[in-house]
Amino acid sequence: MKKVFGRPLSMKNNPFHYCAGCGHSTAHRLIAEVIDELGIRDITIGLPPAGCAVLAYNYFDVDMIEAQHGRGPATATGLKRILPDRIIFSYQGDGDLAAIGTAESFHAANRGENITVIFINNAVYGMTGGQMAPTSTLGQKTTTSPTGRNTTLDGYPIMMSDVLAMLPGTAYIERCTVTTPANIIKAKKAIRKAFQYQIDGEGFSMVEILSPCPTNWKMSPVEACRWIDEVMTKQFPLGVIKDRPAQEKKREQKGN
Amino acid sequence: MNKVLMQGNKIIGEAAIRAGCRFYAGYPITPQNELPEYMAENLRKIEGGVFVQSESELAAIHMVIGASAAGARAMTSSSSPGISLKQEGISSLAACELPAVIVNMMRGGPGLGNISPSQGDYLQATKGGGHGDYHIIVLGPASVQEIADLTMDAFDLADEYRTPVMILADGMLGQMMEPVVFKKPKPRNYPEKFMMKGAGGGKSKIIRGLILDPLDMEEHIWKLKRKYQMIAEKECRYELYETNDAELILVAYGTSSRIAKGAIKRLRNEGLRVGLFRPITLWPFPAEGLRELAKKVENFLVFEMSAGQMLEDVLLALKGKARIGFHGRPGGVVPTPAELSNVVLRKYNRKDGLTEIEE
Repeated sequence: MKKVFGRPLSMKNNPFHYCAGCGHSTAHRLIAEVIDELGIRDITIGLPPAGCAVLAYNYFDVDMIEAQHGRGPATATGLKRILPDRIIFSYQGDGDLAAIGTAESFHAANRGENITVIFINNAVYGMTGGQMAPTSTLGQKTTTSPTGRNTTLDGYPIMMSDVLAMLPGTAYIERCTVTTPANIIKAKKAIRKAFQYQIDGEGFSMVEILSPCPTNWKMSPVEACRWIDEVMTKQFPLGVIKDRPAQEKKREQKGN
Repeated sequence: MNKVLMQGNKIIGEAAIRAGCRFYAGYPITPQNELPEYMAENLRKIEGGVFVQSESELAAIHMVIGASAAGARAMTSSSSPGISLKQEGISSLAACELPAVIVNMMRGGPGLGNISPSQGDYLQATKGGGHGDYHIIVLGPASVQEIADLTMDAFDLADEYRTPVMILADGMLGQMMEPVVFKKPKPRNYPEKFMMKGAGGGKSKIIRGLILDPLDMEEHIWKLKRKYQMIAEKECRYELYETNDAELILVAYGTSSRIAKGAIKRLRNEGLRVGLFRPITLWPFPAEGLRELAKKVENFLVFEMSAGQMLEDVLLALKGKARIGFHGRPGGVVPTPAELSNVVLRKYNRKDGLTEIEE
């Protein structure tokens, strides 16, 4: 009998602690599948963040070192500079990457560190109970923006992928989501490309994943996916934001 | 071995490189900038040597965490305000049992303070510094030669006990030039099993400080505590100077111990029997050595370039066993040996003997 579906080898046989409908489980699985497909399980080191995904080391069957809140790209820098032939990925949420760790993320990107960042954007602080995130959308109600995010009081949602794409050190940045099978396939392709670019030594690669958080959004899993597709993607449009290696290739072909 | 004349900050860099340090990250702050500059020039010349100028002190210490986990001897340095920023990562290093060397060239504080030599970070360094139940080894050199020796020792101690080690000096020692002979570094003895290099076909590893179950966390902290007890039993270091016939003992470390030695020379010329107890390890504090002295000597005077920090450790060690006095100059003031000898003279010459030395 042919096995058509199973647990990726880079994934431990542990049930996820994530809520029903949470995007982390899907994102984890996609990363593990990519690690399997690229055959890099033995040379990959992952950095789980603070937040709901802090326990990611219970799921990924690769070497994992916890990063303090926001510091993943700094710790990843230390690892990668000492072990340039290993594959390093930092898994970060929106509070982690776009608030407390903005400096670490921005400067690792600007140095062109040859690492991959998986940026889970669910527009709230999940683990702490649904406070306003730097990526919360305008008008979004959270426990710390109870009447809705208001630009005068709370500022604007930060589009970190677009900001980082402006830095010459970044090679590849794409924004995806995991709301439909088609979107999940696209997200996996993006993750695979990001890891491949790291293998090729292209520099900083990042995949932003708009990720449902039904518990803190107080929605059903289906409603949460719909909210991403109908509201969140208006603020954070999906697609490739930067693909320097592909652009360079195109230019070369034109030149020929 | 050749003798070289070098500045304290650069000596740390050279000693670290000789000890096998292959990763340095840091952020500019006075008075320690010669050290990162030395590393930028010299560490990068070495095969596998990495120097990163980080975007912040926070980033620097977290880079050190990554490099240490990857198996490299790693170091960062800063001065007081920058060390406050590093505490998050130092706490993580202690929790995850990762070796690293952190240099603090103390300056006057609190707040931004100033850039003059000071000893105001003693309590922060020796009582943990960051959050949680932990200690780090703290070494207090008093000469450029000792800076060289202790920098090498710091890497060995960090590996042996899998703990961060801090070199606690000040702007004076960092800027000072003295002749130095580098000792031969010991070969590194750090098991591969503690390094994170990818699972390599084997079982995957986890390095973490997050332990959600309180009972498991408690067990981890007791394990750390047992390690700290072992360090306290085995690693205490101190120097005795002119203590054999002393009637009064000055207790001072680092720069203030040099001033104390100058004062003792003056006082001895005038016939006063004064000696020095100089802790070299600030944590673990060599309390036993101090108590040993208190069997023969009744009077102790703690002298610090702070408002009284090491004083607490001396009180803990000697309370009820001796009379303890204090003289301190905080805020970046560097007193002269003449000032200190006058202070001692006043106390020593009280008609009713030495009983007037009070806190």
